[in-house]
Amino acid sequence: MFLTGPLQSIGLPYGAAWLISYIVSILVLSVALLVMLAFLLLADRKIWAAVQIRRGPNVVGAFGLLQSFADFIKFVLKEAVIPAGANKVVFLLSPLIAFTLALAAWAVIPVASGWVIADINVGILYLFAISSLGVYGIIMGGWASNSKYAFLGSLRSAAQMVSYEVSIGFILITVLLFAGSLRLTDIVQAQAPDIRHWFIASPLFPMFFLFLISAMAETNRPPFDLPEAESELVAGFAVEYSSTPYLLFMVAEYLNIVLMCAMASILFFGGWLPLVDVWPLNAVPGVVWLLLKIWFFFFIFAMVKAIVPRYRYDQLMRLGWKVFLPISLLWVVLSAGYLFAIGRFS
Amino acid sequence: MAWLDRSARSIFLWDIVVGFIVGLKYFFAPKKTLNFPFERGPLSPRFRGEHVLRRYPSGEERCIACKLCEAICPAQCIIIEAEPREDGSRRTTRYDIDMTKCIYCGLCQEACPVDAIIEGPNMDFSTETREELFYDKARLLANGDRWEVEIAKNLELDAPYR
Repeated sequence: MFLTGPLQSIGLPYGAAWLISYIVSILVLSVALLVMLAFLLLADRKIWAAVQIRRGPNVVGAFGLLQSFADFIKFVLKEAVIPAGANKVVFLLSPLIAFTLALAAWAVIPVASGWVIADINVGILYLFAISSLGVYGIIMGGWASNSKYAFLGSLRSAAQMVSYEVSIGFILITVLLFAGSLRLTDIVQAQAPDIRHWFIASPLFPMFFLFLISAMAETNRPPFDLPEAESELVAGFAVEYSSTPYLLFMVAEYLNIVLMCAMASILFFGGWLPLVDVWPLNAVPGVVWLLLKIWFFFFIFAMVKAIVPRYRYDQLMRLGWKVFLPISLLWVVLSAGYLFAIGRFS
Repeated sequence: MAWLDRSARSIFLWDIVVGFIVGLKYFFAPKKTLNFPFERGPLSPRFRGEHVLRRYPSGEERCIACKLCEAICPAQCIIIEAEPREDGSRRTTRYDIDMTKCIYCGLCQEACPVDAIIEGPNMDFSTETREELFYDKARLLANGDRWEVEIAKNLELDAPYR
């Protein structure tokens, strides 16, 4: 951990230095993430508005920049309504679970070379496990609301997330075959130094599009937002939630979206690596490159939300099980064969 | 061939690409939104907004307490009490409108023989308490003084069609 050394040199024992450096870096990452999320939420609404020739929120602060903070205050100050039939403990626990898991996933994301809280050697498995656990928050929320609509919405969410996790899993396997490691920093290093070696420029490039579309489905994002189809249903599993619990669900959802953007940048677009490894570009800090890539993918997510009509439930399931699963499975076989042919495994 | 064409478009996400280009075109298009509290759309001279009680240019109030507006009001939100003034003219001592009941149908201004009660062009009169919306005569006359110029112009514009 990069802070441990300096803290020890001012006289702290190793254990205390280690603890403080971890707590500080976790706090910095979480706060930076949540502040970025506030502006990304605004960007999402602004982009959506711009495509529909609207202005979007523009009253709170210059160009509406403080809109998300106003919304935050509004959410927190509202009364948290707990339905009479709800299981109170589970009802309040599920948004916490969703939020904690969404934030916990960021522990293994390398923000720049060496800037990672937990550089564990099964980072990508950890990410996969955490994003699968996210379903529990949703199912518990839908069940504890004790409402038919919330329950059906949560079942739909869960079915959708589980089916697309399968194809995401196979896409991850193809990346792992190429990178030869499950550690996220190694996956990025395998794409060094620049765009010529990013996985988007390798035989993995169709997998990138599959990953992006699966990520949209996985995070219940339009055009796959059937569980909460705003114009038809209300909010799916979150229909009974209000105030801070709802805020936690919403923040968790957007954190997952940004996580998917970060995963797309790390797996296929070289994480913190510069676009071209020449002087002015490779002097830019890695965190800036990663942020630019995340914002780029978030822009694509927001544009897709604005331009693509919602899928029907059977179309969604057909796409997941009958198109993405076979293609990604085939690509696992093909890329393994390709790597064997060029002698990577010998 | 049609099958091949369709499959190729589907595989290369052709619809999404075209949609993205169209979306980007509109992304940079000038916005249609009226920036409402700062920009306002045109209002018809017949717009029925907040009520006012008008005065003659001499300063004498127009209302003669005929109570036609009270009688015609379908929401029964107008209450008038009247008695002769010292100079013998018949005037209202009380003219209340319950703005929470009013349905802004405009029948009161149609019924008024002297153009005293008029629904003016003002629509920004929301309040924080319900009580503030129970308008009395003083409030309505004050509204009349405030909006007289606009109302006189609107009445003149609408006169040829009456």
